[in-house]
Amino acid sequence: MDEILRLENITKIYPNGVTANKDANLSVRKGEIHALVGENGAGKSTLMKIIFGMEQPTEGNIIYNGKQTQIKSPLDAIACGIGMVHQHFMLVESMTVAENIVLGAEPGKGPIPNNRAMIEQTKEIIEKYNFVINPKEKISDLPIGTRQKVEILKALYKGAQVLILDEPTAVLTPQETTELFRELRGLRDMGHTIIFISHKLNEIKEICDRITIMRNGTTVGVHDVGSVSQQEISNLMVGKDIDWNIEKNPPKRGEVILDVKNVSVLDEAQRSILKEVSFSLHAGTILGIVGVEGNGQSELVEAITGLHKADAGSIKFHGNDIADSSIKQIREMGLAHIPQDRMLRGAVVNGSIEDNMIATFIDKEEFSSGPVLKTKKIRSWSEKLIKDFMVKTDGPEVPVKMLSGGNIQKVIVAREFSSNADCIIADQPTRGIDVGAAKFIHRKLIEMRDNGVAIMLISADLSEIMDVSDSLLVMYGGRFVAYFPDASKVSEEELGQYMLGVKQQTSEEVKGCIA
Amino acid sequence: MSDLLSYILTAEFGYSMLRVTTPILFAAMGSIVAESSGASNIALEGNMLFAALFGAIGSGLTGSVFWGLIIAIAGGLIISALLIYFGLYLKTDIILSGIALNTLASGGSIFLMYVILHDKGSTSSIKTLVCPNINLPGIENIPVLGDILSGHNILTYFAFLSVIFVWFLLYKTKLGMHIRCVGENAEAAASVGIKIKSVKLVSLLISGVLASLGGAFLSMGYMNGFSRGMVSGRGFIGLAAAAMGQLSPVPTLIASLIFGCADAMSNIMAAMRIPDEFVKLIPYVTTVVGLIVISSWRTWRVKKKRIAALVSAN
Ligand SMILES: Nc1ncnc2c1ncn2[C@@H]1O[C@H](COP(=O)(O)OP(=O)(O)OP(=O)(O)O)[C@@H](O)[C@H]1O
Ligand SMILES: [Mg+2]
Repeated sequence: MDEILRLENITKIYPNGVTANKDANLSVRKGEIHALVGENGAGKSTLMKIIFGMEQPTEGNIIYNGKQTQIKSPLDAIACGIGMVHQHFMLVESMTVAENIVLGAEPGKGPIPNNRAMIEQTKEIIEKYNFVINPKEKISDLPIGTRQKVEILKALYKGAQVLILDEPTAVLTPQETTELFRELRGLRDMGHTIIFISHKLNEIKEICDRITIMRNGTTVGVHDVGSVSQQEISNLMVGKDIDWNIEKNPPKRGEVILDVKNVSVLDEAQRSILKEVSFSLHAGTILGIVGVEGNGQSELVEAITGLHKADAGSIKFHGNDIADSSIKQIREMGLAHIPQDRMLRGAVVNGSIEDNMIATFIDKEEFSSGPVLKTKKIRSWSEKLIKDFMVKTDGPEVPVKMLSGGNIQKVIVAREFSSNADCIIADQPTRGIDVGAAKFIHRKLIEMRDNGVAIMLISADLSEIMDVSDSLLVMYGGRFVAYFPDASKVSEEELGQYMLGVKQQTSEEVKGCIA
Repeated sequence: MSDLLSYILTAEFGYSMLRVTTPILFAAMGSIVAESSGASNIALEGNMLFAALFGAIGSGLTGSVFWGLIIAIAGGLIISALLIYFGLYLKTDIILSGIALNTLASGGSIFLMYVILHDKGSTSSIKTLVCPNINLPGIENIPVLGDILSGHNILTYFAFLSVIFVWFLLYKTKLGMHIRCVGENAEAAASVGIKIKSVKLVSLLISGVLASLGGAFLSMGYMNGFSRGMVSGRGFIGLAAAAMGQLSPVPTLIASLIFGCADAMSNIMAAMRIPDEFVKLIPYVTTVVGLIVISSWRTWRVKKKRIAALVSAN
């Protein structure tokens, strides 16, 4: 097969002196799905932004269709037929699907866009690629999986032959991922070339043809996906053997820490999303909550953590009702929360790593006396967290927005895990995190549970939730539909049936999760 | 008190309300355009002040209303150009730069007046031309309504037309789409090749032109001539109106009319010998009260809907 894109000895040094890429080489063939893997901060996103013209290489060449090419801006890239779906969504939520798809290349002569053509062309492209989306819907009304498709259509509309997908599945449910893969195969069959970044090696085995592995900014080899095992891939990524085992003793179940009773929540449109759910969380246990996204998990988390108050029901933390407490009060009582949407809620992206790590403890005596901060203490403490959690950075004063996606996540996890809380709500704690660091977080969760912390784990990754949790609750349609007191006694298939609403336990069985 | 009421219910009051709404409305529309692109134009007040001064002197020197208006806009745009240079090119904080430019405009306008006319108080030594008043054919003969709507300064009609202009610009043109995109998600704009800086620059210029027309109205319509500090917070009230209207043109128009009404009322009260200090407060108190009322009404409405839905759900 012909080579469509080649990167030769790309080096990228950011203005702040960070070397993100060093002598990276990449060769992509026309019509293949090419995987790019590497640890958090290995330089994958940077390399892709260089191809898409959002960053300029410090050194090195880009050869596109056999010709050396300068890509100075996304416009150049689009003109070459290169499209990119970014790690963080690039959509304008108040606009419609059609407007987002044509944005930057609106149909119609002169200053006024041709609305009819806009809708027509959007419809055409949606049909051509067998997607199912209503072009007139607003982005803010769409589920995450559909937004992802709009991103892909945006690139295709502008004539992308080469499509770069930077961790497209990180935010998708297993069902949405399956659908995305079907569509990606369709695209490949139509002659498109896809570069696919993911930390989920099983996905790569499933859909990719070849794989390039990156380590510390440089590429360390390219393989046929069929000829390397997941184990080999991750060893190549890290440069040494990874310990895959997780040791887990039986839980020492303590008193009830969190007691949720008949909690209901309504959405903006006043539909009830959470319907009188009840459960208890015990000290020293990990309760996993599974479900297809949009079945009430996020609302449950928001109600407990105080981000969005419940409309009815009671939530008791250590026996005190927290339904009307502020987020700060709830945190002070000892509840930590790793939020799902890091860019929106977890991190102050313009702040430094240190600021973010200290954000929720700023009032603690260790770090401040009165209004004055103890900067030395804060410094040494954040340096320790950076080391413990393997955050890849030059130091605690670096702004969070300059970190790679997975490293931003690590900063938040580090802060929440070190808060001395006796209850942690971990919402997708390893989303976007590389395999090695994910294992570390899993071990940490288990270690904390052994120290008597109560943990509620929400995850779309079934293998993660089954490995780590002690007991499991399945959510469907805003209710709990199944309870498994022993997580090791269920299979993925069985869980899947409950998640899709095919099966349902009796309400007596589900009530096992109370007290 | 009953005097006040009986006056408010006259056509004359309606007329004066539209008249005093004019500069506020221009400023509010200017704020919408700038704010939609994510670049706040806090310097509206300064735009208006310079435009008022330049219009007063320009129309006097050229002897032409048209050139007077052009010079007024050019004067107002001096402030915009500085804001663009500081905020977009030197990357200073755009809000702080705006505040600084307002201070500059307030001193600068007096300085320029002194340099050109050797007068620190007003431009009375030069004969400023006033923009013409227009009678609306057909409407002028309708009783009451005609008295309220017809016979205004041409710039007053422009102000109301600017609402349609801003709505059309933001929602019906490619540029408007780009402005809203940059304001809401600048990275997304960059990723499809939209040039963030140029879009912000254009919106700040449009915003400056609108505010300048408001300033020109003050010295070439509302009054004939410039006097120091004559904008007296109308730019800020325009900002508040745009905030109250949540950057939508029509709600912003309504907010501007409410402020205009308060302003007109304070004019009457001043004539009725109610203490000056109190009268001058009215437009500002209205602004604060308006913001409080609007936001509590919004929360209340959401709450009511929720309770109703919860009752029907269970
Ligand atoms: N804008 C920036 N300025 C300075 N340094 C940056 C910037 N963006 C990224 N970096 C640094 O460059 C390195 C590579 O980052 P990059 O985002 O390419 O990693 P990645 O492989 O995509 O990681 P992840 O899997 O976490 O997304 C990191 O050390 C990061 O801190
Ligand atoms: Mg990345």
